[in-house]
Amino acid sequence: MPKEKLVVIGNGMAGCRAVQEVLKRDPDRYEITIFGAEPRVNYDRIMLSPVLAGEKAFEDIVLNDEAWYRDNGIALHAGHAVTQIDREAKVVRTASGLAEPYDRLLLAMGSDPVRLPLPGADLTGVVTFRDLDDVEAMVAAAAKPGAKAVVIGGGLLGIEAAYGLVRRGMGATVIHLMDVLMERQLDASAGFLLVEAMAQRGVDTVLGAQSEEIVGEGGKVVGLRLKDGRVLPCDILVMAVGIRPNVALARDSGLEIGRGVIVDDAMRTSDPAILAVGECAEHRGQCYGLVAPIWEMCKALGQTLTQGEGAYEGSVLSTRLKVSGVDVFSAGKFGGGTECEDIVFRDAGRGVYKRVVLENGKVAGAVLFGDAVDGPWYFDLMKSGAEVADIRETLIFGQTVTEGLRGLDPSAAVAAMADEAEVCGCNGVCKGEITGAITGQGLSTLDSVRAVTKASASCGSCTPLVEKLLKLTLGDGFQVQTGPKPVCGCTPKGHDEVRRRIVAEGLKSIPAAMQGLEWTTPDGCASCRPALNYYLLCAWPGEYRDDKQSRFINERAHANIQKDGTYSVVPRMWGGMTSAAELRAIADVVEKFDVPAVKVTGGQRIDLLGVKKDDLPAVWADLNAAGMVSGHAYAKGLRTVKTCVGSDWCRFGTQDSTGLGVRLEKFMWGSWAPAKVKLAVSGCPRNCAEATCKDIGVICVDSGYEIHVGGAAGLHIQGTEILTKVASEDEAVWTICAITQLYRENGWYLERIYKWMARVGLESIKAQVEDPEARKALYDRFSYSQRFSRIDPWAERVAGRHAEEFTPLSRRMEFAPS
Amino acid sequence: MNVLVKDPIAWTDVGAVTDIPLRGARRVPTPDGDIAIFRTGDGKVFALKDACPHKGGPLSQGIVHGHAVACPLHNWSIDLASGEPMGADRGKGCTPVIPLEVRDGRLLLGRS
Ligand code: SRM
Ligand SMILES: Cc1cc2nc3c(=O)[nH]c(=O)nc-3n(C[C@H](O)[C@H](O)[C@H](O)COP(=O)(O)OP(=O)(O)OC[C@H]3O[C@@H](n4cnc5c(N)ncnc54)[C@H](O)[C@@H]3O)c2cc1C
Ligand code: SF4
Ligand code: FES
Repeated sequence: MPKEKLVVIGNGMAGCRAVQEVLKRDPDRYEITIFGAEPRVNYDRIMLSPVLAGEKAFEDIVLNDEAWYRDNGIALHAGHAVTQIDREAKVVRTASGLAEPYDRLLLAMGSDPVRLPLPGADLTGVVTFRDLDDVEAMVAAAAKPGAKAVVIGGGLLGIEAAYGLVRRGMGATVIHLMDVLMERQLDASAGFLLVEAMAQRGVDTVLGAQSEEIVGEGGKVVGLRLKDGRVLPCDILVMAVGIRPNVALARDSGLEIGRGVIVDDAMRTSDPAILAVGECAEHRGQCYGLVAPIWEMCKALGQTLTQGEGAYEGSVLSTRLKVSGVDVFSAGKFGGGTECEDIVFRDAGRGVYKRVVLENGKVAGAVLFGDAVDGPWYFDLMKSGAEVADIRETLIFGQTVTEGLRGLDPSAAVAAMADEAEVCGCNGVCKGEITGAITGQGLSTLDSVRAVTKASASCGSCTPLVEKLLKLTLGDGFQVQTGPKPVCGCTPKGHDEVRRRIVAEGLKSIPAAMQGLEWTTPDGCASCRPALNYYLLCAWPGEYRDDKQSRFINERAHANIQKDGTYSVVPRMWGGMTSAAELRAIADVVEKFDVPAVKVTGGQRIDLLGVKKDDLPAVWADLNAAGMVSGHAYAKGLRTVKTCVGSDWCRFGTQDSTGLGVRLEKFMWGSWAPAKVKLAVSGCPRNCAEATCKDIGVICVDSGYEIHVGGAAGLHIQGTEILTKVASEDEAVWTICAITQLYRENGWYLERIYKWMARVGLESIKAQVEDPEARKALYDRFSYSQRFSRIDPWAERVAGRHAEEFTPLSRRMEFAPS
Repeated sequence: MNVLVKDPIAWTDVGAVTDIPLRGARRVPTPDGDIAIFRTGDGKVFALKDACPHKGGPLSQGIVHGHAVACPLHNWSIDLASGEPMGADRGKGCTPVIPLEVRDGRLLLGRS
């Protein structure tokens, strides 16, 4: 009996693996013919990245050489693309004139790389990254000295392409539309670390960048223009923006197509004589772009083609990046979700970030950066749906630690740990060193153990273990102590430590701070993000880019939100002074925008209440036109400087209190602080400006200026204390700016001056501002920071900054029937 | 045979995913009040009625953290996937979830 004829279209990863699965089960059943568009034998496509990087040669990545085809009696038509499937006659044909009849046909045509339809996309030098020809084109371009590459697409492929090109001596920049590299596999924290790791390897990254046009000269690519106008020069442009299943052939022959060729669990298409596997197949609505699911598909297919019914049920995916020295693993719901719990571990010293996501007591996903050895273990736990409640405490430390402690009760487990067992991964401290220090040096507190051994002094995640060791060694002699109040639930660290280390370690962004300070959540919370944003802003004036998403709505919208979702607008009235022109402009705005309420505030200025958010920029434009700027009535920063009429008019006035108030407000406006800062200047001790219940107050007297600090009259009524007395107005200004700066640099977020003063003591503040040199240094830092702060946020928004904040995303549903 | 046919959902394209800042939100006005669309730090998107179950605060104006938003008025944390208050305020009402789909980077809001 003649053998059945099996014809395979596609000599790639899936096609050849499928043939192997068939041969394994029934080597004599079929006469096999393979068509491959590429003029070469079957190779390992995923290893093209190391080939590009020069770490491997083509010979190293061949999966099946000519001998394999020969020994298995397989006819290979390499370099012949099939152009037609005649389902009625059961024949496939190629453009080169070959025709091959089949009993069973297997489609394994893979995918085509997506080419963005940008102007200039057809220029020479615009390439994709899919096969050996692409690699050879890139290697050839890299041979030119000083050549540069731009890679569009910050996914796995784009990053591997850029890395490979840099290894070949090119400069490479990755352009990514999203704000996180590999966002489909990584969360923001891991994406941030990847940007840094790539930068260390010479690959630049531009995030949130939209490509507009590929610029050419003489038919050759010379650069890429972005939407924002920037042009990135390049000699080669790699598009790595995704893949599209290769289905044209199947569509033309009338097979059922979705995104890919639709197959059932047995890998059959809508024509039972035709099967499909690999990236060109769509199974249960899913197309895959990785090899692991392809291997599983091929098993089911081997079964179907030999022993009956195969059953593929879909795959769970995991990803690894192939960039030397950058260990990345991701699987499942790595980004967390409802009902999910995160366990996060960071080790700033080693650049490690691990996040394991639990759902209903089971592992639902993981993302690992910097140390991915436990990736397969988490992946197994996830796929098997194992209950992990009893290993939860040690899960994040990986398989070795967890299995070492399994089944032991916690204190017995600690007692049973070998002296050489590592307790603190960050600082490499083992159990013996800790117990030795406790007994040898008579330590009895966590802090002293930290100080002597460094155990639990970094990320703090081994703190419970260290405490157990203390308890075990000391018995009842140990009492759990409380350290400084943590910033929030995302970190055990206190505000002081966070502030100090941001400066000392040069941490200049929120992701950098969260990694450097080993935050235990992936992206912080509504408490710590505004705090970190302020600390960074204060530490790096002019350099730090404010993160508007980490600001409370009032500071993001530069107006105060009201109970009904409208806003109030308070323009500055310097020192409480105003004019007919200002009042007229305010009146005009009130009428023009139908502002429902106008009120004189307790801060000597006028509040326009009930403005609709969409109207804010227009309201501000009119106020700006009359010379008024934001009163920052919403700010953790300088609010008002109240004044009284003083020597200009008052029969008791000793100094120009109004003038000093205006001068202070004009110099200090726009400054951000841990909490609000209110000032007042009274012209005499009768104190009509209520200066003695302000954060900083001035009482003018005949011989000069008394400077008071630490008042409040809100939730807590607190009179000021007198700090110092100075003789001149200049000195008063210097001193007040110096105190403000000291507070800006040392206060905890949301801690008002009076609370800060109670914590650090009036004397310590006095010492700093009475010492002329210290005072000058503080004043200089304040002035420097003010160079970047005295910018009217309203005018910036009138000019279009963050326009999206003030406009709805779309008005297309406004009149839609519900 | 009885076949249950669900009302097909009418989808409206309201913009691109990237029109919403990461850890941010945008509003879509409708005759029944605003809808808030959120984009979390890991790039996921969620749509809720733009009204807090507490006193109706506009959730689109809150700080987005993890898969939750802190209401701008009194700081309740609302779960973006379910619209339910979290933590101590759990069980005190719920904000309606609006059908939302992403196709080719576009946001489609559904009305059923
Ligand atoms: C408008 C105004 C009331 C008025 O109609 O007069 C006002 C309105 C608000 N005050 Fe006030 N305070 C106003 C003067 C005061 C004063 C009087 C003063 O500054 O001389 C005080 C007491 C002095 C003090 O600050 O110690 C005052 C103590 C507070 C407090 C308690 C602060 C504290 O540390 O205990 C809060 C709550 C807070 O800040 O957390 C607060 C918070 C608020 C907020 C911002 C509540 C909020 O978060 O929405 C109100 C905003 C309304 C708005 O949208 O404009 N307001 N508030 C005053 C605006 C002053 C200005 O021109 O900027
Ligand atoms: C650079 C790179 C790195 C990668 N890294 C990884 C990784 O680390 N991990 C991972 O899991 N996956 C990775 N992948 C993806 C993986 O390589 C693919 O998922 C896999 O190759 C798909 O197998 P396939 O057989 O479906 O398609 P292919 O391997 O592309 O094979 C399809 C073959 O069919 C041929 N063909 C198409 N049409 C016709 C026709 N009409 N006639 C004849 N022949 C035709 C094509 O020329 C091609 O040779 C990577 C891919 C690339 C390009
Ligand atoms: S006293 Fe209370 S109600 Fe009045 S403005 Fe201040 S915060 Fe609002
Ligand atoms: S209205 Fe949202 S917390 Fe009160």
